[in-house]
Amino acid sequence: MAVVETKPSEEPKSNAKTTDQTNTITLRISRSNPSEGQESTFAEFQVPVQKWTTVLEAILYVKQNLDHSVAVRYSCRQASCGSCGMKINGRPALACYTKVSELNSNVITVEPMNNFPIIRDLAVDFKQLISNHKKMKPFIIREDSEVTPESKEFIQTPQDLEKFLQFSYCIKCGLCNSACPTMATDESFIGPQGLAQAYRYVADNRDKGKDERLKIVDDSHGIWRCHFAGSCSQVCPKGVDPAMAIQLLRGYMLGFRK
Amino acid sequence: MAERLSNREGIKGMANPTRYGIERVAYWLQRLTGLGLLAYLIGHIYETSTIVNGKIAWNQMLELTQTPQGHILLTLVIGMCVFHTANGIRVMLGHGGIGVGKPGQPEYPYKAASLNYKQRLCIWVSIALAALAMMYGASVLFGD
Repeated sequence: MAVVETKPSEEPKSNAKTTDQTNTITLRISRSNPSEGQESTFAEFQVPVQKWTTVLEAILYVKQNLDHSVAVRYSCRQASCGSCGMKINGRPALACYTKVSELNSNVITVEPMNNFPIIRDLAVDFKQLISNHKKMKPFIIREDSEVTPESKEFIQTPQDLEKFLQFSYCIKCGLCNSACPTMATDESFIGPQGLAQAYRYVADNRDKGKDERLKIVDDSHGIWRCHFAGSCSQVCPKGVDPAMAIQLLRGYMLGFRK
Repeated sequence: MAERLSNREGIKGMANPTRYGIERVAYWLQRLTGLGLLAYLIGHIYETSTIVNGKIAWNQMLELTQTPQGHILLTLVIGMCVFHTANGIRVMLGHGGIGVGKPGQPEYPYKAASLNYKQRLCIWVSIALAALAMMYGASVLFGD
């Protein structure tokens, strides 16, 4: 199997669609190893695909049959773990959740997500995302949260639940941070993931840590750097809608919400 | 080197309006028109400050805006001003959580409620208003 290395700018074009039958696509995988000073190049592989083949399966085909050294992180293969986020044909997406057939191209280019340091090839470092997530205190804050023999459950109505449930579906895949135009230029920005999680707990009526969290996001690199471009919500694979969460959270800061 | 290691897209990524729908185009136009208006404001202050050098200097400066290039520039300024104002009102209301939809159970294919038709309509209306204002401005400036 021929493996052709090309520079990032040399992108072959094709509009041929995949069909129900087995088809062969060209999978272009970005290869780089910044810690060893290796610049980014593209390795091309011919991969057989069917209508239901996902991009992750195509990458795993390469690993199993053509080049086992391709670095990719994945786990659940069902859009639940948030491990396989990458740039697919220029847009951040989960590789396990993107079918080759829906890309309408016989040439698929996969690159590491932007705005995250590259570990190697398609694997990126989530240190900043996790640290910003932790900064938002992603847990219920209240004095009587310890379970004692006298404890009763926190009763919530379905309406109470609906106020935050959507935002609790975040799988921390990092796609929103990768698409965000502010993250592209501000390395200290909390990011849509962290801000949406702050709102998730602020909107939870069991939680008493609203003031604490609002203080954390009230920063020049915090909520005020979001300009509502909406790209985070465009790419979210779980329907979390971080753009909505951030604007609603800002409603608290501006006094529109109590 | 640091940019390469962090893999940040930088200004190039921020300024690329092509990948994430009309909302990202509106974001890009808002920034672009903001910078354009800032440049105009600086130029305008410089232009009007020539009045301190007397009437002749002031008239010479005014003549610059009476050229076809000057008219094109003013037409662009009108368009930038109208788009920036109209879209800015949409964004300001959105920043307060107004018009961004209500949280609910997300259902496949997970269309984001914050990127709803009202937001898109407001963006298109802002663009249309800017185009109309530019046409009117151009007809007045080039009219005679």
